[in-house]
Amino acid sequence: MKIHEYQGKEMFRKYGVSTPRGIACFSVDEAVAAAHKLGGKVWVVKAQIHAGGRGKGGGVKVAKSIEEVRAHAMSILGMQLVTHQTGPEGQKVRRLLIEEGADIAKELYVGMVVDRGTQRVVLMGSSEGGMDIEEVAAKTPEKIHKGFVDPEAGLSEAEARDIARRIGIPDPALDEASALLRGLYRCFWETDASLLEVNPLVLTGAGRVVALDAKLNFDDNALFRHADIVALRDLDEEDPLEIEASKHDLSYISLDGDIGCMVNGAGLAMATMDTIKLYGGSPANFLDVGGGATAEKVTAAFNIMLSNPKVKAILVNIFGGIMKCDTIAAGVVAAAREVQLSVPLVVRMKGTNEDLGKKILQDSGLPIISANNMAEAGERVVQAIGKAS
Amino acid sequence: MSILIDKDTRVMTQGITGKTGMFHTQTSRAYANGKACYVAGVNPKKAGENFEGIPIYGTVRDAKEKSGATVSVIYVPPPFAAAAIWEAVEADLDLAICITEGIPVRDMVEVRERMRKQNRKTLLLGPNCPGVITPDELKIGIMPGHIHKKGRVGVVSRSGTLTYEAVGQLTELGIGQSSAVGIGGDPVNGLKHVDVLKLFNEDPDTDAVIMIGEIGGSDEETAAEWVKQNMKKPVVGFIAGVTAPPGKRMGHAGAIISGGKGTAQEKLAVMEACGIRVTKNPAEMGRLLKSALE
Repeated sequence: MKIHEYQGKEMFRKYGVSTPRGIACFSVDEAVAAAHKLGGKVWVVKAQIHAGGRGKGGGVKVAKSIEEVRAHAMSILGMQLVTHQTGPEGQKVRRLLIEEGADIAKELYVGMVVDRGTQRVVLMGSSEGGMDIEEVAAKTPEKIHKGFVDPEAGLSEAEARDIARRIGIPDPALDEASALLRGLYRCFWETDASLLEVNPLVLTGAGRVVALDAKLNFDDNALFRHADIVALRDLDEEDPLEIEASKHDLSYISLDGDIGCMVNGAGLAMATMDTIKLYGGSPANFLDVGGGATAEKVTAAFNIMLSNPKVKAILVNIFGGIMKCDTIAAGVVAAAREVQLSVPLVVRMKGTNEDLGKKILQDSGLPIISANNMAEAGERVVQAIGKAS
Repeated sequence: MSILIDKDTRVMTQGITGKTGMFHTQTSRAYANGKACYVAGVNPKKAGENFEGIPIYGTVRDAKEKSGATVSVIYVPPPFAAAAIWEAVEADLDLAICITEGIPVRDMVEVRERMRKQNRKTLLLGPNCPGVITPDELKIGIMPGHIHKKGRVGVVSRSGTLTYEAVGQLTELGIGQSSAVGIGGDPVNGLKHVDVLKLFNEDPDTDAVIMIGEIGGSDEETAAEWVKQNMKKPVVGFIAGVTAPPGKRMGHAGAIISGGKGTAQEKLAVMEACGIRVTKNPAEMGRLLKSALE
């Protein structure tokens, strides 16, 4: 789960991490009032969407007067902000963060994730803040400094100071920087975060260390113990089809193609998408129906796939283990009838009660195209689209 | 022979009284030598009772001492699963197989750290995995037993149904399996591809291995480098997720391309460079293995 920058900063403050003063706003008037309340001469108007790369897309602007705050708020609120993470259609801006301007002497980077290799949280820091950190990592990996944190001890004072020194924090600010890093680590650990990024972390002209940015993602599997974080969820930032799917316990991701696919198991679902591609087609989605699909679940899956107007054909690929092929077949037939399926449907079924399943499909009288293996399924669904268009 | 488990393995089920634990203990017990192999269940509240004749003990240690079980399969719900793994580790079992899906990563980081620091002997398979099967001998986990055939090919995979797909293709071609191992789709887990490949390499009854990976992390690359240096047997491979977009989690918590790393293309390239024959067509996994044996 993701949250907004302003929510991340509120969380940071609870862990003693300094951030600029700021106020979240939902309208232009609120933005102007916020600037008055904050006072000062410089403000930053920041679009609040979950995707990164907001600055480059025109979603972050500096204002030197209240009039400019109003003008920027008007132009940013409601815009479709396009960044490298939103896709070409962009994301509508519904919230703003108005912040006091910061006197930036130096921009740094700090991030944390769970490292799969060492199975520990890795703290990453770089002197090259404000830039695309993935590019820094690729071109100048020596500029990324890492520390792997012992989960039983937490991030120690010495480790935090060491990283702070290596990313270029001057001696007088080391105490403050190490306290900040330790606060960020505790925030990451205690909230079950899966990603924490501060880009940039800044050193101010007065020698203070401040988190100018806050990106936090959380482990979905741990949300059961964080009701306070669940309350921060912003459904406007999520794909409505993915929200609908999660209600039915389906794992669904929208993609750009035109062949809907429904598969059991995440690995097999990806392999099915790959097969479609291999035969010249393009998958419209990833959809894992999981291990215990019922007729209701299959119907929900069909409805979700078909609410994507781009879908021109559907491929069902089931390897029946615990889940029996006849159960799935009955579900597919019921779903096809209920949604009055009008696009070609290719079904490949394998495993437990395979023959029974195939018979149910055949006897249904529906124009279902049957396939004996994954390759045939991929080929036939691509062919079906060719004929349909 | 086989790896990890065989007909002489004695197994306990942690979470035997839950719906999932009951169901899979039943089907696993009905497979091959299962009746003799499943000897205990664990539930602290139901010690002294039994599940269809399988005695239930209050703790893993008690179950081990009284039943002789040295392997545990865990179906405990996610909030309590890491503690269940630790209980199996503390009792010095040989192997703990955690089927549970949805365990918080932080819980796994803690348990894995403790296992390393205390240099524990217990191997962990999973979590979020289908388990392991040695055909015609013993099935521990949620895979459909009937698609397997006894033989001399090893299968190792992160994904459940994709493992079944590979096994199904092999069986259809008349090629049996020595053992099929699902290591699971979580980012922090126990045995990795490389660990399972080492076991297959040393198993006199395994002639070749199918290794199936997916996007995310670098376990497949690590395994491929090891294969290049050490593997005495042919390995063929497939990586799922060539079409997966970056930044999107594809079902498994571990299946995500982050920071441009962990793409299928990258993994396939490293595997090929290390002498692993790969296919981009998942329908060809069985035939590719067959050609490697010829």
